[in-house]
Amino acid sequence: MLRMGQAQFDAIRRHGEETYPNECCGVLLGHAEADGTTVLDAVSAENTRSDSAHNRYQIAPQELIRTQQQARRRGLDIVGFYHSHPDHPAEWSKTDLEEAHWIGCSYVITSVEGNAQERAGDAVRCWAMETNSFLLAGTGEEDKRLERQPIQVVTEVGAK
Amino acid sequence: MQIHIPTPLRAYAGKQSVVEVAASTVAEALTALTTKFPELRKHLYTDQGKLRAFVNVYLNDEDIRYIAHKENAPVRDSDSLSIIPSIAGGAPITATSASAAVLTPEEMARYSRHLILPEVGEEGQLKLKAARVLCIGAGGLGAPLTMYLAAAGVGTLGIVDFDVVEVSNLQRQVIHGTSDIGRPKLDSAEDSLKAINPNVNIVKFPARLSSENALEIFKDFDIIADGTDNFPTRYLVNDACVLIGKPNAYASIFRFEGQASVFGSEEGPCYRCLYPEPPPPGLVPSCAEGGVLGILPGLLGIIQATEVIKLILGAGEPLVGRVLLVDALAMRFRELKLHKNPDCPACGTHPTITRLIDYEQFCGLPSKSAAPAALVNGIPQMQPEELKRRKDAGDDLFLLDVREPYEFAIAQMGGRLIPLNDLPRRVRELDPKQEIVVHCKVGGRSQMAAEFLAQSGFKKVHNLAGGILAWSTKVDPKVPKY
Repeated sequence: MLRMGQAQFDAIRRHGEETYPNECCGVLLGHAEADGTTVLDAVSAENTRSDSAHNRYQIAPQELIRTQQQARRRGLDIVGFYHSHPDHPAEWSKTDLEEAHWIGCSYVITSVEGNAQERAGDAVRCWAMETNSFLLAGTGEEDKRLERQPIQVVTEVGAK
Repeated sequence: MQIHIPTPLRAYAGKQSVVEVAASTVAEALTALTTKFPELRKHLYTDQGKLRAFVNVYLNDEDIRYIAHKENAPVRDSDSLSIIPSIAGGAPITATSASAAVLTPEEMARYSRHLILPEVGEEGQLKLKAARVLCIGAGGLGAPLTMYLAAAGVGTLGIVDFDVVEVSNLQRQVIHGTSDIGRPKLDSAEDSLKAINPNVNIVKFPARLSSENALEIFKDFDIIADGTDNFPTRYLVNDACVLIGKPNAYASIFRFEGQASVFGSEEGPCYRCLYPEPPPPGLVPSCAEGGVLGILPGLLGIIQATEVIKLILGAGEPLVGRVLLVDALAMRFRELKLHKNPDCPACGTHPTITRLIDYEQFCGLPSKSAAPAALVNGIPQMQPEELKRRKDAGDDLFLLDVREPYEFAIAQMGGRLIPLNDLPRRVRELDPKQEIVVHCKVGGRSQMAAEFLAQSGFKKVHNLAGGILAWSTKVDPKVPKY
């Protein structure tokens, strides 16, 4: 179970719309416990894959270090990451699994659909469609797998 | 010193987020860590004892791969090490082969000189393998470009070309050989590339790139490399790249000079920021007309290939916002800064080009025939040689120059100046019974003037084909070109 507030859930989806037709990405901060993960903040990050941002994302390690430091000061952990799939379903791809290395963390994917091909006028119109979460399970690179993890959206999440 | 452990590895580090170790170098610190927590070792290192490709180790905020002495860099107690597994992924793409995520032993051996470069390494080589690059043209630029990209291990190379190999290509298009004369360039190129590196997936597009097929062809590639030799295709490639947001590694060549840049990246300018409009037809001759030093496309094609590789690796400084000018005779490389034009019709803030247009028409090319027409819209076209012959013969010709005064100040060929816009009110200065030859810079404005004069009752009006530039080229080189 991945618990998060409506505000975090909306922020993740809005970020996907803002960066469309490119992929957005960000870090989820909170607490991971035996009965599930609670997200208390969703921190947007820059997608450094400018060579192929429409179907790839990458968060710079420096940005992760900064995010981790900030999280530590607030008593939070990195519990997962989110990114968008422009014009693709909200399911993990082969690349997503290959590039996922944070075992025990949640990988949240939002599909965003829009009119990138038309580019009518200046406004690219798009809509966040589905948002799913996948837990990176296993013990290491050899047996890692992404398992579907239900998302529970609540009005507000409070710090424990 | 402190070592920060990321969430997923804490299970193997006694559930701690920070581990204190005593060490004088980065390597010692990591050894101390894995000695304390042996289970961490297999998560951080490969079986060969190398740090795993996805594990980043940062000393304070520097990647240890890029600091002096790397793992042997000295550390103090106040420093901190962070272990940060990479965060990446992405939507599925169609063309990636199932084996993209690993290097085979053969590939390890083949790319070993890359693998030992920290800036490339296994991670970079896998990026190259997953990359899909589309080369427009298998000619002078396309030859070295595709050969080096294939050699470097770019996984998928698309090539668009519809020509066959001709003997005059062989002076520079080193991907083709004498026995290939008469074969489609795509087939000849595929043989050469497969001979260099059989791992490369070659995708052939035996077509002339057009507004109808460009977006469809481009959509399955990550980077486009424009090696075309004509303006309509160059604008087409640029606009298509901007429309679908893919970078364009560009180069062009003429005689002894070339230029290269990277256009169409999100932050950088595009070809239209540099040249909003094409030159008038005929002003810039093609390589077929103007000639080209055979090794020049080699030089420029390799610059293109270098930029493509850098874009894939995300290494170094791409040639974005800069145009590199290469003068092979002087062997000088100059660089022009190029800013993104906010009013650019393609990549500006309010683009007017929202779909691909007719690029032949945009470049003022009504037809592909190269033979000079004798008559255009009823106006006889006089070749410069003919004008010279008739002047030498003492014929009574009135030469009318319809350019602007500032052009007149740069170069003249003995004509009377009446700028095109002044012609209607000054037409009385001309004698309708006289034989008149009208000229401008390249022949466009003078054609309009000649048509106006013909409508106004002038019977013997000629247009000087190619204008004063053609006169300078073919008759009198002392007349400056501008």
